[in-house]
Amino acid sequence: MSPTAASPSLRSRAVGVRVADVNLAYDSTPVLKNVNVAIEPGEFFAFLGPSGSGKTTLLRFIAGFAQADTGSVFVGTKDITHLPPWKRDVGMVFQSYALWPHMTVRRNVAFGLEEHKVPRAEIHARVAKALELVGLGHLADRRPSQLSGGQQQRVALARTIVVQPKVLLLDEPLSNLDAKLRVQVRRELRDLQRRLGLTTVFVTHDQEEANTICDRIAVLSDGVIQQVGAPMELYQRPKNLFVANFLGTANILDGRVLIEGASRAFDLAPGLRLPIPPSATVPANAKLVFRPQDASIGSTAGGGTSVPGTTIYREFLGSIVRYKVRIGAAEIIVDAPFRTGDELHEPGQPVTVRISQESVLWLSP
Amino acid sequence: MTLAVARPLARLFASPGQAALGCVIALFLLLFLVVPVTTVIYVAFTEKGTGVFTLVNFVDFVRTDLFVNAFWNSVYVSSATVALASAFALPLAYITTRFDFRGALLIQTLGFLPLIMPPFAGAVAMQLLFGRNGTINLLLDEFFGFKIPLMEGLNGVVFVQAVHYFPFILVNLSAALRNIDRSMEEAAQNLGCSGFRLFRRVVFPLALPGYVAGASLVFVKVFDDLATPLLLNVKELLPPQAYLRITSIGIADPMGYVIAVVLIVVSVLAMWASALALRSNDYSTGQRGGGGLAKRSLRPWENAVAYVIIGLILALVLTPHLGLLLLSVATVWSFSPLPDAYTTAHYARVFGESSIYIKNTLIYSSLAAFIDVLVGGAIAYLIVRTKLIGRQGLNWAASAALAVPGVVLGIGYLRTFYNVQLPDGRPLATLWIVIVLALAIRRLPYALHACHAALEQISVSLEEAAENLGATKMRTVRRIVVPLMTGGILAGFISSFATAAVELSATLMLVQSSSDAPLAYGLYVLMQSPAGRGPGAALGVIAVVLVATCALLSHLVIERSQRAMGAVVRR
Repeated sequence: MSPTAASPSLRSRAVGVRVADVNLAYDSTPVLKNVNVAIEPGEFFAFLGPSGSGKTTLLRFIAGFAQADTGSVFVGTKDITHLPPWKRDVGMVFQSYALWPHMTVRRNVAFGLEEHKVPRAEIHARVAKALELVGLGHLADRRPSQLSGGQQQRVALARTIVVQPKVLLLDEPLSNLDAKLRVQVRRELRDLQRRLGLTTVFVTHDQEEANTICDRIAVLSDGVIQQVGAPMELYQRPKNLFVANFLGTANILDGRVLIEGASRAFDLAPGLRLPIPPSATVPANAKLVFRPQDASIGSTAGGGTSVPGTTIYREFLGSIVRYKVRIGAAEIIVDAPFRTGDELHEPGQPVTVRISQESVLWLSP
Repeated sequence: MTLAVARPLARLFASPGQAALGCVIALFLLLFLVVPVTTVIYVAFTEKGTGVFTLVNFVDFVRTDLFVNAFWNSVYVSSATVALASAFALPLAYITTRFDFRGALLIQTLGFLPLIMPPFAGAVAMQLLFGRNGTINLLLDEFFGFKIPLMEGLNGVVFVQAVHYFPFILVNLSAALRNIDRSMEEAAQNLGCSGFRLFRRVVFPLALPGYVAGASLVFVKVFDDLATPLLLNVKELLPPQAYLRITSIGIADPMGYVIAVVLIVVSVLAMWASALALRSNDYSTGQRGGGGLAKRSLRPWENAVAYVIIGLILALVLTPHLGLLLLSVATVWSFSPLPDAYTTAHYARVFGESSIYIKNTLIYSSLAAFIDVLVGGAIAYLIVRTKLIGRQGLNWAASAALAVPGVVLGIGYLRTFYNVQLPDGRPLATLWIVIVLALAIRRLPYALHACHAALEQISVSLEEAAENLGATKMRTVRRIVVPLMTGGILAGFISSFATAAVELSATLMLVQSSSDAPLAYGLYVLMQSPAGRGPGAALGVIAVVLVATCALLSHLVIERSQRAMGAVVRR
């Protein structure tokens, strides 16, 4: 994808997508449960979740390949719930790319324009332009089987955007690429999306992918949208344990809330208590959650709560050192930044772990 | 330095044992496949008696109206069979792959039908049902006053062959349709394509290679078939002409050999077309499995139409079997819709005086199948596990047997082995063991395929572990490879056995006395006379039961061994 400006002919006015009250079941197994989500015009939006969370089904519902039991989907203000897939004007890039092996790259890309009865001369120009946009103009007469995975992926993208859909759906588009290519292609995707200004929905199970390229993310689990927000917002203020655990690494400690007069404390184990700040709201069945980098070992200076523990395991990762520390019956992870010359704590040593107050969350499942 | 030399040497020559094995197999293929076929070609291209190269035999062929007619008749019969068989197979394949349809399993079972019954056995039964004075026409004449000439002349052959062979197209086409990833269709829909345009632009082109593969297989089987036209008394086709020349004029007459060469050329062309079609079938490049065409539910009236279509085709396909069964228990059955009375005498006769046919068949087929798994297994091992030079040559030679029509092999054996004298002065060609060898060569490609597939599934590391623990190559093969391949070998044995049991094209030439004749030959001889039809049909029913049992058995064996090994053996 060359960094030339997107041609005006491939640019369209962005519209939003709204999914309302969707329930969907396969053979009485619920796959989506009361899903509501609104995607802004021009936004790069991700459905993020583990496999089986319903994210691909939700995407296929928008494209018209999955029928919901209840609920509707709008593109802009138009209700497309009951339109067949071929009348929706919603472009989808398939995980397998789904390039037709009996057609050349050029014929693959021209297919949608032919179906839309675009005049021949215009088809030629637009196909050339779309292939140029993804940097594959020179491979137009190859067959898909003669292309590399990354090239196939670009053809699939060109084939979809050439018809100027109102919305672009990407079903795990990077999953069939090797790790290095993945990083490169995701930047290019982001770049292209910006230039086209196209509302884009991206399905992935990889939080890093979603974090790096998306404006907002909807986290799905068990067919339910757990939380919607910008990547940093989800990381800093997860609404529940699932989101906290799924995005990044989190220490989750079990315990009981004790109320003694005006003060509250979190009872981790007999004799092991953490005070709860008066301002904190603690839901029922809450667990204590904090990120590994929000705890430190050894120093007792500064604010925060200190608890005694024992290091049981150490991994040197270069810029950080990751310790596993036993506190009571629980094990937590502490990431300490590593500066040249630092002394490391040996496994088996008794240590003091300091957890910074302001970064602690109280979350329920 | 020594290493640098030693390694390529080791790679080229394999172990002495493997090399010896390769030589033995090469000798076997040379003697019983290459030499007979080359002899046929040599005779066709040389002057009778002198051995001088000439094209005069082919000029004679082209100048003889009878042969030119026979050639075009053969082309017509094969093409028309493909067309009619496609008409049966297309709706079935489409309905079962494209829609949620209950009868799908039933239709898939149809795939076994051509395997379990020799087409010539059904031919007589079909004449009794569809012939000029058969059941259908008698009823039509009685109630409506007209008859349909379904079984007359060439069209009779077309009808019988199409009913018999259409499952080959059905199976290949269904597999091709099922292999089309669902996203192929969805991508087209996403871009605005639907309905018949979707079928024409995406589904059909993707399924075409599978269809071509099935269709060319049917074409070649019908083009080479000797027994069915002979039984229907249609002689103006190439294989019967070759047979008649050799049997009535003698093995020195060159015309039979010229026809044989024509048959080989057509076979090779059709195989080549099929291979070409399947090669372009690497259509599933880098795709993740999506589970075949998107299925949709049928509306009630569509469901009704689908059932009617399938019911009609099924009825048609089962008529030969039904007819054969009726015939085998009928006293007299002519000029009446159903037999006049029923009897078990035919079976008594078949198990009594004609039991020699059954005994011969069991002996010949099991010997042939045994040779096949031995040779096929060895070739598979050499291809997959060794670097022996020329191992691919063995593979090609063994597989080339597919493209050699049975009639051609029969003629080749007669010509080649008639001159080989046994100690007692008889020619080798008259010995029953020659029939076994012909059967073994004919079925070798199938056994090779089964063994190859079984061996490919076994991870090399299982063998390496045995060698690492001190087992020699030979002992590793015996203790690890063969036990793990048992399922595949057994399946290869059974399918070779079953198909050899109903083979007639090659054996018709080679049977010298009826005491040496196998079941298919006996069936053929009995069916020639009206009085022999009853016992012939009984013999046919026995053949069907025998082969059906084998097919079921091989299916069970494959399934069981796959289940048992599944997790361990795959890489």
